[in-house]
Amino acid sequence: MSNMVERPVLEGWFGKDDAGAYLIGSRCTGCGTFYFPRQSRYCRNPACDSDRFEDAPLSRSGRLWSYTDAAYQPPPPYVAADPFVPFAIAAVELEHEKMIVLGQVVAGVGVDALEVGMPMELVIETLSESQGANGSERHLTWKWKPAR
Amino acid sequence: MSTQSEIAILGVGMHPWGKWGRNFVDYGVVAARAALKDAGVDWRKVQFVSGAATIRCGYPGQVAGATFAQALGWQGAQVNTSYAACASGSQALAAARSKILSGECELALVIGADTTPKGFLAPAKGDRPDDPDWVRFRLGITNPSYFALYARRRMALYGDTQADFAQVKIKNAQHGLENPNARYRKAFNADEVAASPMVANPLRLMDICATSDGAAALIVASVDYARRIGRGDAPRVAAISTVTPTFASSVIEMPDIATDSAVAAEAHSFRAALPMKAYEEAGIGPEDVSLAEVYDLSTALELDWIEDLRLCARGEAALMLRSGATRVGGRIPVNASGGLACFGEAVPAQALAQVCELTWQLRGQAGARQVPGAKVGITANQGLFGHGSSVIVKR
Repeated sequence: MSNMVERPVLEGWFGKDDAGAYLIGSRCTGCGTFYFPRQSRYCRNPACDSDRFEDAPLSRSGRLWSYTDAAYQPPPPYVAADPFVPFAIAAVELEHEKMIVLGQVVAGVGVDALEVGMPMELVIETLSESQGANGSERHLTWKWKPAR
Repeated sequence: MSTQSEIAILGVGMHPWGKWGRNFVDYGVVAARAALKDAGVDWRKVQFVSGAATIRCGYPGQVAGATFAQALGWQGAQVNTSYAACASGSQALAAARSKILSGECELALVIGADTTPKGFLAPAKGDRPDDPDWVRFRLGITNPSYFALYARRRMALYGDTQADFAQVKIKNAQHGLENPNARYRKAFNADEVAASPMVANPLRLMDICATSDGAAALIVASVDYARRIGRGDAPRVAAISTVTPTFASSVIEMPDIATDSAVAAEAHSFRAALPMKAYEEAGIGPEDVSLAEVYDLSTALELDWIEDLRLCARGEAALMLRSGATRVGGRIPVNASGGLACFGEAVPAQALAQVCELTWQLRGQAGARQVPGAKVGITANQGLFGHGSSVIVKR
């Protein structure tokens, strides 16, 4: 039995605490604009020239803006299981941040279970696995899941 | 905008779209020679070569403008290369227009050509988490994913159906049947579209455009020059819009993983902004348009564009389609060329191919797909990284 190492596929993009998973965005201290991924150097609001930002955990839930799925294996750098397992993709609108964030939908939930406008919540789940010199690696990412 | 700001299109030419497996330069030379012949202009008289480049399917070391100038025979023309993803061709045309209107040159070649790989367009290699294009592919989000998100959104908001999307394919396939430059010249019926495999629900393979090899070229000139050689009646470029999005850009766009946040600024739609600037520049409105060539990367996206061009009210494009208004013979034919459905996308050539089609239509040379009495045509396209364009051609 080899070791299984878990690591985020994107370092510093999401976290988890007692309340669950969250995306790590940033917020401009000048105009209040949120950013995901994080922004720490310049605000992209043309009316704001601030260069000061604070880390801002984004809303953990939102409404489904739209959705689709990947029936065919995406090209690299996507790391696919063999055989490829299709997955659904969600675009979720965060009310507080007034932005839409994409992500895969959790394994086992297909487009038939989705509906525009339904509440969705963020979770951390495995994106892919690979074999390294020191054993297996599991790559974690954020995913969207229909909220109960 | 006054005629002082217009330039004349003297010649247009293409290399047919397909998967020919040759170098992009071969295609470009064929298109350029066709455009020169069409214009009745000697290559050695061309003063400016404006090339449209691609980096995605790249050819390092061969920068488009100079590569074509060399292939056609160095003759000392000024040269420039534009890169703006799918809008590269329009940017190259804009560069030529600026040179002509500033009096720096009178006669220019605008050219774009591409050779594409098989399958999904994919990002450059290497681990690059700072690159949004790398990030979204790492998460398994391809170009069709975005097209499908827009399509599903239309279904939820406006009640469009997959059968409507199929009708776009059927219409465009019919338009392209006898277009000698189209790659796919085959009629489709609803059953055939419905039988094609699902790629990104709700879009099937027949809803999504392919990637193709191809080339398109224009010979453009000052209006004075056109008059001097007896071509004062040539179709004219009346507007070229290549505006950026306006913050906060509120529709999720390739290759981003998130939209702008609209907490501190009003939400804007990029696609709608592109033709707005073009109409303003040409001093005309949607009611003046005879036909439109729009970027149907997917069938559903054609319906979005029809609304962005304000050819109908928001949410009513499917109604317009069902009424037959967007067919050749209808009120405002859309993609009379057959569109990307029949061509597939050859990135740096595509925006120029749209202008070629409008030119043939405005001259009355479009054969079986001719739009009767076409006077004003508009194009619309959009690509990666906040690039897009809309060009108006009139006679």
